[in-house]
Amino acid sequence: MLSTKNLHKAFGDLKVLKGINLEVKQGEVVVIIGPSGSGKSTFLRCLNYLEIPEKGSISIDNISTEAQQLSSREIIALRRNTAMVFQNYNLFKNKTTLENVIESLLVVQKIPKEEALKLGESLLTIVGLSEKRNSYPSSLSGGQQQRVAIARAMAVNPKVILFDEPTSALDPELVGEVLSVIRKLADENMTMIIVTHEMAFARDVADRVIFMDEGVIVEEGPPTDLFFKPKEERTKRFLGQVVNK
Amino acid sequence: MNSNIDFSYMLQVFPRILRAVPLTLVLATISMTFGLALGIILALIRFFKLKYLYLFSKIYVSFFRGTPLLAQLFLLYYGVPQIIPQFAKMTAYSAAIIGLSLHSSAYMAEIIRGAINSIDKGQMEASLSVGMTRMQAMRRVILPQAVRVAIPSLGNSYISLLKESSLAFTLGVAEMLAQAKMSAAASYRFFESYLATLLVFWMITLCINFLQNKLETRLNKAY
Repeated sequence: MLSTKNLHKAFGDLKVLKGINLEVKQGEVVVIIGPSGSGKSTFLRCLNYLEIPEKGSISIDNISTEAQQLSSREIIALRRNTAMVFQNYNLFKNKTTLENVIESLLVVQKIPKEEALKLGESLLTIVGLSEKRNSYPSSLSGGQQQRVAIARAMAVNPKVILFDEPTSALDPELVGEVLSVIRKLADENMTMIIVTHEMAFARDVADRVIFMDEGVIVEEGPPTDLFFKPKEERTKRFLGQVVNK
Repeated sequence: MNSNIDFSYMLQVFPRILRAVPLTLVLATISMTFGLALGIILALIRFFKLKYLYLFSKIYVSFFRGTPLLAQLFLLYYGVPQIIPQFAKMTAYSAAIIGLSLHSSAYMAEIIRGAINSIDKGQMEASLSVGMTRMQAMRRVILPQAVRVAIPSLGNSYISLLKESSLAFTLGVAEMLAQAKMSAAASYRFFESYLATLLVFWMITLCINFLQNKLETRLNKAY
C-alpha cells in the first residue's frame, strides 16, 4: 500500500537518509524507533513531502512519485492520501477545535458545510472532545490538542496517518489519553506509521517495529522479536540504554 | 502669558479646520486600504519568492522607503504627467491618494512580511499535511494570524498616514493644513491657525489610539 525505494535525503553535507526501503501493508501499524538524529522524523516528513528527498521513490496507494522528477500536482495528490500528527500538535491557532477538524473537508475535499460539520462532530466524539468543539487550541491541554490533531488527521480520510513523536511534548500524565486514541485507530485497522520513544506503547500497538540509526534501517521485525531477541549489536545497545532509563 | 495670543481667533478658526477633517480622514483611509492591499501583495511576493516579481518588490520597497514622500508626491503630480500625458487629467486629490498609497504600501509590506515570518512554521506544515496548497494555507491560516500580529504596527501606520496626508496641501488639496494656511495668510495669525490644526490632528490620533486599543483587546479575546 505504501512503499519507498532507495530514499535519500541530505541537509547540506549532512546525509540524513541513506537509502530507505520500506513496504507497509494496508492496516499495518509500523513503529519506528531509534536514537535522536537517526533520521526517523525526516523519513516520516519525506513521506508527505514536507521534506523533499534528493533521490528515491515514494508510492502510496495509487500515487507513485519519483523524487527527481516531482511535480507540485503529484505532491498535492500524495498529501491527500496522507495525514500527519505533529509533535507540537500544530493546530490552526485561529480556528476552533471543530473548525480545525473540518478545515480540510471544506477547503480540500470541498464537502458542503453542513455535512462537514456533522462529520467533524462525529470525529471529535471519537477522540472524546465533542464538548470542546467551540474552544480555541490555546485553551486546551496538550493532550486535548493532540487528540484534536488526530481528529483533524482522520478528517483527511487518509490512506495512512503519520505520527511524528505524538507524545514527546506532553506532560507524562497526558500521554495515556493520546496513546489510547491511537490504539483505538489501530483497532480499527487504520494504517499508521508512528515515530515514538514510548517503547511500551510500541511493543503493545505495533505490528512491526523498525529500528533506524544513522539514516538506515538497521533492523525490523515483529515487536516481540525486535525488543526481546534483537539480532544487531546496534539495536541491542540502543534498547539497553532505553530500558536502563 | 503673552497677550499676543488671540484665543477668540483660535475659536473662530477651529470650525474651518474641523470642516476639513472628513477630507483628511477619507484621504488617509482610502490610502490605507490601497496601501494595505498592495502591501499584502508585496509581502506575498516576497514570501512565495515569485521569480521576477521578487526583485521588483525588493526594489519597490527600497525606493519608497528610501526617498522622501514630499518628493514622491511632486514627482507623481508635477513630473509624471509630462512624460505620460494620460496622467495630466489626474486631480491633486487622486494624486495624493496614489502617492500616499504607494508610499505606505512599502512600509506595510515590511510589517506584513515580518508578521508572516513570526507565525510558527508548523502552521504552514500542518496546512500542507492535510492537503491544502500553500496559497490556501496562506489565505485561511497564516494571513489571518499575521494580520492580528500586525495590528499594532498597522495602527501606527494609519496614524502616520493621517499626518502625512497633510502633505497633500502642497499639491493644492484643501485639507486641514491648507485651511490653516489660508486662514493664517488672511489674518496673519500664524500661531493660532497652526496650533489649532495641530490640536485637531492630536485629537484625531487620540481617538484612533483609543479605537485601536479596543480592537486589540477584542482580538486578544478571540483566541
